[in-house]
Amino acid sequence: MEKKSVLKKITGSREALLAVILILLFVIVTIISPSFLTPKSIMDMLKNNAVTMVMALGMLCVMLVGGIDISIMSTLALSGMSIGMLWKYEHISNTFLTFVIALAIGTVCGFLVGLVISRADVPPIIATMGFMYIYRAMGYLVSNNGEWASAAALGTFKDFATSSFLGINNVVWVIIICYVIFFFFMKWTRLGRKIYAVGSNADAAQVSGINVKNIKLMVYTVMGFLGGLGGALQVSVYASAMPDMQQGGEMDVIAACVIGGVSMSGGRGTVIGALLGSLILATIARALPLVPFFDQLWLNTIKGVIILVVVMVNVVLQRIADRNALKRREM
Amino acid sequence: MNKKVISAILCGSMVLASVSPVFASDEGMTIALVGKSAGNAFFEVSAESFVAAAEAEGATVDVVYPEAATADAQIRVLDNLISQQPDAICIAANDVNALQAKLTEAMDAGIKVSSFDSAPNKDSRQVFINQTSVDLVAQALMDAVLDITGGEGQWAILSATSQAANQNAWIDAMKALMESDEKYSALELVEVAYGDDEPQKSTDQTAALLQKYPDLKVICAPTTVGIAAAAKYLQDNGSTCKLTGLGLPSEMLEYTGDDDAHSCPYFYLWDQQGLGELSAYATMALVNGDITGAEGETFTAGDLGEYTITAADDGGTEIVLGDPLEFNPENIEEMAELY
Repeated sequence: MEKKSVLKKITGSREALLAVILILLFVIVTIISPSFLTPKSIMDMLKNNAVTMVMALGMLCVMLVGGIDISIMSTLALSGMSIGMLWKYEHISNTFLTFVIALAIGTVCGFLVGLVISRADVPPIIATMGFMYIYRAMGYLVSNNGEWASAAALGTFKDFATSSFLGINNVVWVIIICYVIFFFFMKWTRLGRKIYAVGSNADAAQVSGINVKNIKLMVYTVMGFLGGLGGALQVSVYASAMPDMQQGGEMDVIAACVIGGVSMSGGRGTVIGALLGSLILATIARALPLVPFFDQLWLNTIKGVIILVVVMVNVVLQRIADRNALKRREM
Repeated sequence: MNKKVISAILCGSMVLASVSPVFASDEGMTIALVGKSAGNAFFEVSAESFVAAAEAEGATVDVVYPEAATADAQIRVLDNLISQQPDAICIAANDVNALQAKLTEAMDAGIKVSSFDSAPNKDSRQVFINQTSVDLVAQALMDAVLDITGGEGQWAILSATSQAANQNAWIDAMKALMESDEKYSALELVEVAYGDDEPQKSTDQTAALLQKYPDLKVICAPTTVGIAAAAKYLQDNGSTCKLTGLGLPSEMLEYTGDDDAHSCPYFYLWDQQGLGELSAYATMALVNGDITGAEGETFTAGDLGEYTITAADDGGTEIVLGDPLEFNPENIEEMAELY
């Protein structure tokens, strides 16, 4: 009983620590540039990081089962480019249908990745590396070798990202809805708990009757679904579809999860962590250009330092937690 | 005396220009135009006007694409071409040095070699046709900034990456222009921001520029991704800050206009049509023997007028087409169809 409460306090404080870092960042940036903490500025920031934030949820699931997916931005490019070209050549003109198509393409992409990983037992980094090239190349093929679908071609679809509902931008609504759904899904549904079970100990999960292969297939499919959603959001927010969009962006998504305390070896990580992690990254990206006399090349350096510091703090906290747990056992 | 010489050259070249079509059609001049790879929208636009200009003069043009955008694939294409013995090869090179052996072989076989879009090294070509020069781009952009600000006020540059050679060359040339000419003295360049050619980062940078400099009048983005991202941000937010730079007409169609509802009054990019046309005339002039590709030679390129061969930065020679093309509300609809 006591052991559980100590652990709970530590894991709780890990997220509290992230929240403190985030608030600290907010305070520093607001001192430098007072206009940072205005509703419009925050909305802008969320909108500009919608893709990373939404996809961090999928990456959370993938990393919880001990996997990794570096094909996600290729999935994004393929689905985004597909809807872009459909608009450009006037095959579709309905925003809802556009989302459905993007989500369907993303889901199929993710499902294939999941099949290869769960059924053929290919290591996730290798499998998704393969799909990273495949889907990116397919994105280029869809684009007729590099055409763009530009703002003028995207008709009313781009209005989705500029309109609001109840005073909050549609894109921000998408983020909120995704996070609420995943919060409940991961915490209170059997399927959500099964993901944690597989990640903590796949053999034990298997013995207890969980179909580990299907859970793995599911998390990559969910990741693909969110990749498709990311594709639709990207095209709508920036009003352009390019085959090279978000190239390298998968690292930001992984970084958001890692900063948020999601363990690379599986089993550990929360939706709140992913949220805080992606918000911290978003704040840094938004804030650094505001700092005068600041060479932009430092952006990535600072990102890297923050990732390392947060992860090291996590490791230390975890070690303390483990030691405390052992101490109680000896007594 | 000098004037006489020039007028003599002018007359001479005019005579030559009027004679050459007849000459060409008699000979049935054949030109092979070698692209970098199929499906490059920029090249297609130039190739189309190249073919039109050359065919109007009675030449036949064969547009050939390598299987892939590599030097190897172009070498295979060149191998084939050399055995067919066209009068000239005009190439957009996939590599600066890798084609030297093949192109030298072609020149030794009596085939004239010209290049546009991207040049092989100076020993692999007789002349390169350059769309514009660093100074001309900088001049056009500076004048746009001067015009849009109304002659004074704060402006900023939104570039791609801080290591991009072409971006830095333009930015340095713009700074040098500001130093050298009094008329720019009331302009204040507040910052050069870098958006890494990513829409997301470019948007962050644009937002930061507006936040830091509320009086900012103009952002100049000499990069296609940056200008589109900034245009969207400025237009969505109804900002009073305006935009110019280098962009793709098809990508900027939505944002280009004279009124307050549009964020970009006008912007620039290469004149791909003019480039194709000039390349055709230059290549034909090589075949006709009007030019050999030496510095200082002049020739007449149809309606485009007279051009002089100048020294290129790589030690070879080039023909510079001229100012970048301005895209404004009048021509953008039409140009957006092309590229």
